Parts: sequence; structure tokens; C-alpha cells
Amino acid sequence: MSKTTMTRRGVLKTGAVAGAGVALPTIFTASSAAAYTNEPTGSSVTLGFNVPQTGPYADEGADELRAYELAVEHLNGGGDGGMMNTFSSKALSGNGILGKKVEFVTGDTQTKSDAARASAKSMIEKDGAVMITGGSSSGVAIAVQGLCQEAGVIFMAGLTHSNDTTGKDKKANGFRHFFNGYMSGAALAPVLKNLYGTDRNAYHLTADYTWGWTQEESIAAATEAMGWKTVNKVRTPLAATDFSSYIAPVLNSGADVLVLNHYGGNMVNSLTNAVQFGLRDKVVNGKNFEIVVPLYSRLMAKGAGENVKGIHGSTNWHWSLQDDASKAFVKSFGTKYGFPPSQAAHTVYCQTLLYADACERAGTFNPCGVVEALEGFEFDGLGNGPTLYRAEDHQCFKDVLVVRGKENPTSEFDLLEVVEVTPAAQVTYAPDHPMFAGGNLGTCNPGA
Amino acid sequence: MLGLNKKDTSLMIVVAILALFAPFILNPFPEGSAMAQFNAGYPDLMQRFVIFGIFAIGFNILFGLTGYLSFGHAAFLGIGSYSVVWMYKLLDYNVIWGLPLAIITSGLFALLIGYVSLRRSGIYFSILTLAFAQMSFNLAYSVLTPITNGETGLQVYTDDAQVLLGANEATSPHLFGIVMNSSAKLDLGPWSFTFNNGYYFCAIILLLVFYLAIRIFRSPFGMMLRAIKSNQTRLNYTGLNPRPYALAAFVISGMYAGLAGGLMAAMDPLAGAERMQWTASGEVVLMTILGGTGTLIGPVLGAGFIKYFENIFSKINDNILHQWFAFLPDGLEDFVVFIIHPFIGKGWHLTLGILFMLVVIFLPGGLVEGGQRIKRALSRKKDADAAKTEPAE
Repeated sequence: MSKTTMTRRGVLKTGAVAGAGVALPTIFTASSAAAYTNEPTGSSVTLGFNVPQTGPYADEGADELRAYELAVEHLNGGGDGGMMNTFSSKALSGNGILGKKVEFVTGDTQTKSDAARASAKSMIEKDGAVMITGGSSSGVAIAVQGLCQEAGVIFMAGLTHSNDTTGKDKKANGFRHFFNGYMSGAALAPVLKNLYGTDRNAYHLTADYTWGWTQEESIAAATEAMGWKTVNKVRTPLAATDFSSYIAPVLNSGADVLVLNHYGGNMVNSLTNAVQFGLRDKVVNGKNFEIVVPLYSRLMAKGAGENVKGIHGSTNWHWSLQDDASKAFVKSFGTKYGFPPSQAAHTVYCQTLLYADACERAGTFNPCGVVEALEGFEFDGLGNGPTLYRAEDHQCFKDVLVVRGKENPTSEFDLLEVVEVTPAAQVTYAPDHPMFAGGNLGTCNPGA
Repeated sequence: MLGLNKKDTSLMIVVAILALFAPFILNPFPEGSAMAQFNAGYPDLMQRFVIFGIFAIGFNILFGLTGYLSFGHAAFLGIGSYSVVWMYKLLDYNVIWGLPLAIITSGLFALLIGYVSLRRSGIYFSILTLAFAQMSFNLAYSVLTPITNGETGLQVYTDDAQVLLGANEATSPHLFGIVMNSSAKLDLGPWSFTFNNGYYFCAIILLLVFYLAIRIFRSPFGMMLRAIKSNQTRLNYTGLNPRPYALAAFVISGMYAGLAGGLMAAMDPLAGAERMQWTASGEVVLMTILGGTGTLIGPVLGAGFIKYFENIFSKINDNILHQWFAFLPDGLEDFVVFIIHPFIGKGWHLTLGILFMLVVIFLPGGLVEGGQRIKRALSRKKDADAAKTEPAE
């Protein structure tokens, strides 16, 4: 038995030491003089690029990183300037942002909220990043957006398609250029109606997290409005790699349309499984069985290979668009990396430019100034036609593309063809739409 | 002092000094220099060092003393986090409500899981705990989404009840008004040191639970636990029932894990299900083995080691490498970067794996053994009588 000697003097001494320990950190507080978190004081400004480098969305993350590096190069006056030349706002001049050279740090979100927040925190606390951008999963985007709001830096969302990002989880310091689940539903429904008729039974397989839930809700609502029935909605874990056990029950469910609310590696695997099970050759209720992938990207089409032919979905942007801005972006991305950019690359490139432009116009890096400059900002020349950054929820409103897997691709990149460009007016909704209700933007937080 | 012998007192003092001066010790390189990349003295990482230190100390009470290898301790980490975030949502942001609840709920879960799992020993015990942890993970991830908010993670929303929230109260975790994420900066020439309230809160808790761990290690109860490890059958024959002791150790280490999980949520008000995944359970096993199983300071060192790699090495990218090796001729520079590339950035697991193998092969006693060997090599001349071996415990 260890002996316990507790003398009066010992207790007093220990108490004094412990008290000093508790008081120590509070002596220093209230000494920060900066006007906002990480105010850049030197000749450079640091941006934080937080993307998935491992996990199911790693392909998208790698492409995002390429686009970020390209954007930084253009902002600092390197390369051919890309979309800076076509952008309707001419505040950027290729000498960095507000005369400060743009530098960046990178991190791996691992497609996990915890890891993403840790990585973003280290960028803010250690590297002094004044803006965080990235994310290839809505769960991660929402988690990091919340963190940025608390820390007082701007969050420019990358690839996040959940309604919640600018719906119930919207934050004043967060902005999204990418479209969302509701827009996919609104754009896809008329096309599906023309193709497959109004009497269909849909079966949903859904990635089990915020994006999957809201997209499933959006697509089901849009298709039910035109007369489709929803047979079943099944949730699959994000980390799943084999979907055979989820596909088999579809065969006997009486459904004649399979909606895959999956993205990235998930979608590649589930679509491949579905095709292996012969779903596409089946005839149910006298109709050909069809598969719909509401959120599509070229990287996924590449991963799924032959299987994507004739399958419809929606996308934010596609490299085959023929406007000047898209052509300029594809050219400078292609020159640097040797292949065309994905929609993930496009959206993060736009976000970086939009942030830089907002700083220039506001004349400050202060998050509150940037928020003011971006709210209600109308622009053009970034590949999506005229676009509005709505002040009420910090969501961009622009045209949505409905695409189809090409039957006869001419190259390994020419996998999707644009079926229809849905005008922005058709996908616009009220800020208090039930699918987006419950959130509170709050006020901008400059931190410090 | 405080019922510790001389050796333990000096260990306690060393840990206290390390913990309180960590902002200086971890930031040895001046801001803006090329080596600043290796600085670890920013609040988030320092908090992680301490929190995972607590987690590993608790794990070591079970694994280091009784030899029962649990593969499911991450479940308690998650339970602790969820408890604290729920207290934020229901009451207010003061961590004083959540942390005790985190310890109690994780203790209860540990009692339940331990009671079932400890009916078996060895590999069967490990598998049972792993199964329970995966069950908890799946429940949190998809079944109990109303309680855990699934993959998105449990967060505090502005429309939550928060019945105790005062008008002027901070809207981030605090302890009676001391806001966890506020820090003070001290600039000394080119150096810059950050003192964070949350870090010091964690550090003080670390010192308390480290003291508790020393007392447990040195108590008759600790001796019983060691007896379980060395020969449980003999213990049975002497007429002692080891199970209540093992269960107590399991519950205590579960409570340590719950406290660590609670502190994670106290530093960052979010609880995600992936905290409970088996990889997180495996991580604490690695920390303990890397640092030195059954030693007091080992698990803390192991935790720091792994977290340092995860956060510092994973952030080195090719651009930084090119900056470092810019002095080399172009072709050689590209070659060197090409060679190092797989070991940095997303390849940090590879680097850590190699180091882990080296430690396990050459220093079976972990980093602590490494330290002892260095000490012995330095003082070999002085004490020739150090050769006499101590009796085994």
C-alpha cells in the first residue's frame, strides 16, 4: 500500500500550484489586436485547400487540387489567365489578391467530418489561412462550414450537392457555387417524363448521409409530381464497396426504374453491380428497365466504363460546353495537365476566382466585407451563363445540365453528352422552400 | 509528495512541465522559416496530443496491467462525445455538464460490454469487444440517426433548446465563461507561441488523470491486475476470483476513453460516428504499443507520436518538397522529390507503418525502452553495478 501523507502545508502548496496553472492561460487573453482572424500582414495571403485525397471521393479530390493550383497560378499572373479573361467582373488583374501573392496549403479530409475539421483547424491555426475551400462530400462540407463560421474565416464550398449545405445547415460565412439536389430533381424530371413516360415505379438506392437523404427526397418529390410511384428507398453505407446485396431485391420489387443516389466510387460500384445483374436488359411491367443517376460526373463515367451508356443524370458543368469561358478553362487546364477538367475542378476554380474577386471589390480580406461583396452578386463568364449568388442562402443560381452517357465515345474523355440545358429560372426555388427550411444564416463572423 | 514515491514524483513533475510548457516545446522553429512546417505548437494539435494521451493512459490500465487487449475502446470515445454535444444542445455550452455525463455514460456502457466480453479471454475477448464497437458504430452511423445525426455528425443548431443559455453567454464551448477556443499569442522575436484556454483545460485534466493512473499502478488493486496478466490460472487456484478486478479495470479504462471523447467535443462541438470506427480502436492499441505497454509515460508518448505524423506529415505536399530541394540541380531535385513523394502527404500511413515496424522489432518495449537504452548507454561508465538485474515483479 502506498502511503498517503497529506499535510496542511502540502495541500496548500498543491493548491497554489494548481491555481497558478489554471490562471496562467487567462493572463494572456485579450491581447489580440487583429481586426479579423488571420489578417494577412505580410506580402502574401494563404488559402486552405481541404480536399479528400483518400476514400471514396479521392478522384474528385485530386482533380479539385489540380484546379486550385491552376487558379492560384492564374491569380498570381502565371499561365494564360484562364477564365479570368472571360469573367464579367474585371477586378482581378493577375497580381495576386489585393496586391498580395496567393499561397496555399493542402490537407486531406479523408471524407470524414472529424479528419476534415482537424485539417481545416490546422490550416487556420497553424498556417494562417484566411479562407478554406474544398470538400467532396456534403457531410464534410457542412462540418467544415460550421467550423469556419465559428473560427471567423470564409468557407467556399467545393463539390457539395446536399440541399442542407445552403438549407438547414447554411452559415453566413459559407458560400456554394455548385448546384443541389432540388435543382437536379427539377432539371431531370421533365427529361425523364419525355423519355420514360408518367407511369413508372422507382426504386431508390441512397448513400446514407445528408447528401443522399436530401437528393432522394428531391428526386422522389419531383418524379412523384409527374405521376411516378416510389416503390422503395434503401439506404447504403457510404463506405460500402459491394452493392450486390442491395441490387438483388430490386429485381423482385416490381420497380422499373432504379435511381442511384450515389456519387464517386459508390456510384461506379453500384452501377457496375446493377449492370452485372442484368437490370438493363430486363423488361418489367411491359417497359424496359431504366437506371437514373441524378448526379453525374465525367470521372464517374470513366470509372464505370461501358456501363454508363444511355444513362441519364444531371451535372453542374461539362467540358464540352462551347461558350468562351468553358473553352478558355478547358484550354488552360488541358495545357497544364493533359486532359480536360471535371465538374469538381470547374466549381472549385470558380469558387477561388469568386473569392479573390470579392476581396478585390470589397478592398479587404475581412470575412464580413467578403460576405457583403458576394451576397446578391450577379456575374457571367464562368462557364454557366448568367449566375446569381443569392443573398438569402448563399447559393448560386444558374443553368443545370442534363447529360447522358454517350453511346459512341470518340475519346476516353468524351463520355457524356449534354441532352438539355435547363434554364436557371426552372430550377430556382424560394429561400423558405420546405426542403431548405429550418436553417438560420446568422451573421457574418470575422473572428478575433 | 501526494502519496507518491520519489521516482513517481519526479515523473509527475516532468509530465507537468511538459504539459504546461508544451506551447514552447512544440514550437522550436521560428515562424516563417523552412522548418516551421514541423512546428506542432498550434492549439488543435496540442489538444489532440493531450486528449489522445488521456485515451491511451486509460487503455493502458486495461491492456498494460491485465493484458486484456480490447479492440473496441473507440466506442467509449464516441459515447463520450455524443454525451457532451447533447448537453450543449439541451442545456448550454458550459462543459461542466457534459464531461461528468460523458464519464458516467461511457462507464455504464463499459460495464455492460465488459460484463459480457470478460467471460472470455485472449483473442476471443478482443473479437467480442471489436464486435461491440462495430455494433455501436453502425448504430450511431445509420440506425440511431435521430440521436446521432448519422454521418453528418451531431452538431448544435441555433434552434436547439439550450435552456440554460444566458443572453451574453459564449456560443462555443466554455467553462464558466473561459472560452475554450480563445487563445493568446506571445511573439518573441521571430518565434510565435500560442496559449490556448482549451489546451490548458485539457492539460490540467491530463495531469489529474495521470496522477490517478500512477496511484492505480502502485496500489494493491494494480498488483492484482498485474497478477491477472502474469498468470490467471494460478490466481484462480489460490482462491481469488479475478473477474471483478478485470471488470473494474475495463470500466475505469472505458471511463478514461469517455472523458477523452468528451474533451474532444469540448474542444470542437461536433460528434461524428467515425470516431467509433474500428480504425480508431486500432489506433489506441498502436499508440500504447509504440510508446511502451505497461509503462506510465509510454502511452502518452505514443499518442503524441502518432498524432504528430497524422497532422504534420500528411500536410507536406510536393510543392513544399520542391522548395526544400530547390538547391539541387533540376533533374536531381525531381528525382529526390519522386523518391520521397510516397512517404508524405497521403502516404503518411506508410511512414508511420515503417517506424512502427522498426520500433516493434528493435525496441519491443516501445519508445520508453529506447529512452532507457540511451540513458543506460550514457551512464554505463558511472555505475558498473547497474548490471545486477532487478527481480521480476
